[in-house]
Amino acid sequence: MALLEIKNLHAQIEDNQILRGLDLVVNPGEVHAIMGPNGSGKSTLSYVLAGKPDYEVTAGEALLDGQNLLEMDPDARAAAGLFLAFQYPIEIPGVATMTFLRTAINAQRKARGEAELSTPDFLRLVKEKAGDLGITQDMLRRGVNVGFSGGEKKRNEILQMTLLQPKLCILDETDSGLDIDALKVVSEGVNALRAPDRGMVVITHYQRLLNHIVPDVVHVMNKGRIVRSGGKELALELEASGYAGYSQDAA
Amino acid sequence: MPAVQETVERVRSIDVDQYKYGFVTDIESEKAPKGLSEDTVRYISAKKNEPEWMLEWRLDAYRRWLTMEEPTWARVSYPKIDFQDYYYYSQPKSTPGPQSLDDIDPEILATYEKLGIPLREREILLGIQNPTSRVAVDAVFDSVSVATTFKAELAKAGVIFCSISEAIREHPDLVRQYLGSVVPVSDNFYATLNTAVFSDGSFVYIPKGVRCPMELSTYFRINERNTGQFERTLIIADEGAYVSYLEGCTAPQRDENQLHAAVVELVALKDAEIKYSTVQNWYPGDKDGKGGIYNFVTKRGDCRGDNSKISWTQVETGSAITWKYPSCILRGDGSQGEFYSIAISNGYQQVDSGTKMIHLGKNTSSRIISKGIAAGRSENTYRGQVTAHRRATNARNFTNCDSLLIGDRCGAHTVPYIEAKNSSAVFEHEATTSKISEDQMFYCLQRGLTQEEAVALIVNGFVKDVLQQLPMEFAVEAQKLISVSLEGSVG
Ligand SMILES: Nc1ncnc2c1ncn2[C@@H]1O[C@H](COP(=O)(O)OP(=O)(O)OP(=O)(O)O)[C@@H](O)[C@H]1O
Ligand SMILES: [Mg+2]
Repeated sequence: MALLEIKNLHAQIEDNQILRGLDLVVNPGEVHAIMGPNGSGKSTLSYVLAGKPDYEVTAGEALLDGQNLLEMDPDARAAAGLFLAFQYPIEIPGVATMTFLRTAINAQRKARGEAELSTPDFLRLVKEKAGDLGITQDMLRRGVNVGFSGGEKKRNEILQMTLLQPKLCILDETDSGLDIDALKVVSEGVNALRAPDRGMVVITHYQRLLNHIVPDVVHVMNKGRIVRSGGKELALELEASGYAGYSQDAA
Repeated sequence: MPAVQETVERVRSIDVDQYKYGFVTDIESEKAPKGLSEDTVRYISAKKNEPEWMLEWRLDAYRRWLTMEEPTWARVSYPKIDFQDYYYYSQPKSTPGPQSLDDIDPEILATYEKLGIPLREREILLGIQNPTSRVAVDAVFDSVSVATTFKAELAKAGVIFCSISEAIREHPDLVRQYLGSVVPVSDNFYATLNTAVFSDGSFVYIPKGVRCPMELSTYFRINERNTGQFERTLIIADEGAYVSYLEGCTAPQRDENQLHAAVVELVALKDAEIKYSTVQNWYPGDKDGKGGIYNFVTKRGDCRGDNSKISWTQVETGSAITWKYPSCILRGDGSQGEFYSIAISNGYQQVDSGTKMIHLGKNTSSRIISKGIAAGRSENTYRGQVTAHRRATNARNFTNCDSLLIGDRCGAHTVPYIEAKNSSAVFEHEATTSKISEDQMFYCLQRGLTQEEAVALIVNGFVKDVLQQLPMEFAVEAQKLISVSLEGSVG
């Protein structure tokens, strides 16, 4: 069974039709890259899958492991294994990052009927994974994303992804704002999560990221649909020629 | 459905009727006749076997009260109170006298159980020989103290901790010296009313140089239908003494609005320190704003001696109407006042609360941290006054006053009054108002938190500066209470 199956998805926000019949199948173990011009609906797709309020699905379906995602509350989707690394991570002043991580892990465990992680186990785990991503203890004590640089916010997203061990990872422009070293560190973090039972959707504008996170499939999105799919070489082609040839594809 | 819309829907469906502590204990009571007159005042005084001077004091207050008007400046609205429609005194009939815990009505003990008084404190109430924690409880059940514990040990340290009625009989000199010395008889409408009809309350005296060996704790409980509650508390820390006092309250559900007008007076002499913490969780009214406690409280501390210190910490989550401004008079040179407050309103609750820091002495300093959280259709006002008088050289105040809104049908307001008559005063004031944004909620939900977990997490982050001021015994309880109070405030 496909891990993620999207059929003819139509979605709008405030009467603006953004997704217009999108199809996508991600099998377990696969990494799919989605590229496409600004405003083509890439972030919208990620929000609709994650269940952001304000987006209205007008047609089509989306299944995660055969479960109808669109009928579930956002927290249930998370507990079912969907994770979104935000293009613009949100700041939550006053809530220490450490507390946030712990609350999130335990909330998902609780939703799945599992026991809470013990404090020592949690601390050990966070220390190790944060270290790998170059996230300092000081950052973990600060409010969630408060005072984090753009790159630090992105690393914090990957830390959360690593700790939550989702089935389906959606990364929305995780590479933007990262310096060259950070890009490497983050890519390593993502690659470490590649697993036969896990799928990834990597949204990016740059082929550069795909040198580190090598995709199985590359899609081009335009005006709310997937207009072309191919292997990793498609990204190289786009890098050379841009999206000029796609603008008239979708009516 | 947009999140805000959803929030609103959920708020509409809050079942405040499910108020966790809404139950009435069935015990026969002895009541004064309904209404208020000189006879009521005499009845109460006689019931308590009070000396003549006390009766005179009450009667003087009653006569002054007759000439006073109810204050209207607070941002709260409620139907006119008919003061003749209340009972001003009630006493559980089966009161065994506070000596032995075994004599206490099991119904009362069951009540404490339902209130979720921490096990260790229940242990004490149940008379278990070696309780694990050292918290003394002077339980006020309706108007009469029914249990006082750890008295012997406190006595060894020279600490007096008893009901105010007992103090009036047993320690008249201390009471006469200090009662009404911080909150004068005609201070304000409700304080004057309290002076005339106060039913009971706590009295604490910590002698010179003594650090009270345990936290002192009182649980208040309003139980009788239509019983106005007029607690009177007096705490004196003599030179160099220290005491931490905890006050916690819950009340059963009822339809009639219940009037509550307490007076708390604190006196800190030279080098003394008093820490007074409150968790208030009275019935807030039902989902339509019906019922609930009217809470008009006068709390004031007098830093009478040099280098004395008084800290107020409050977590206010209950009551339909809260009118409460715990204040500090910084009379002694180098004295310090602190006010840490978390005030949560939900449903139709109205909170008008804050503090006054009156700088009279030299080198006095005060600190105010106030966190107001409004949800549902509630109104939450912070009202603070900081003044430095001419003599108050080098007065310092820092005020931080933050409001958090949940949903868009509630209101948060900040009303600061600042006045410095001495040019060396340095007063800093910070205020913010924020809202839990839909993006923050979605971010939390995407990580697997439920709506309620997300709100609790954000709110706990918002209030943590104040929570950490609470004694350990209270902090955990308060945190739980905050979550309970905001249940149903969002999806
Ligand atoms: N609240 C809104 N109201 C109306 N239009 C919106 C709203 N939010 C997004 N849009 C529009 O939806 C379209 C798709 O936006 P989206 O963020 O999904 O694009 P994207 O492909 O992620 O672009 P980028 O590469 O710049 O991140 C854009 O044209 C945007 O203006
Ligand atoms: Mg985008």
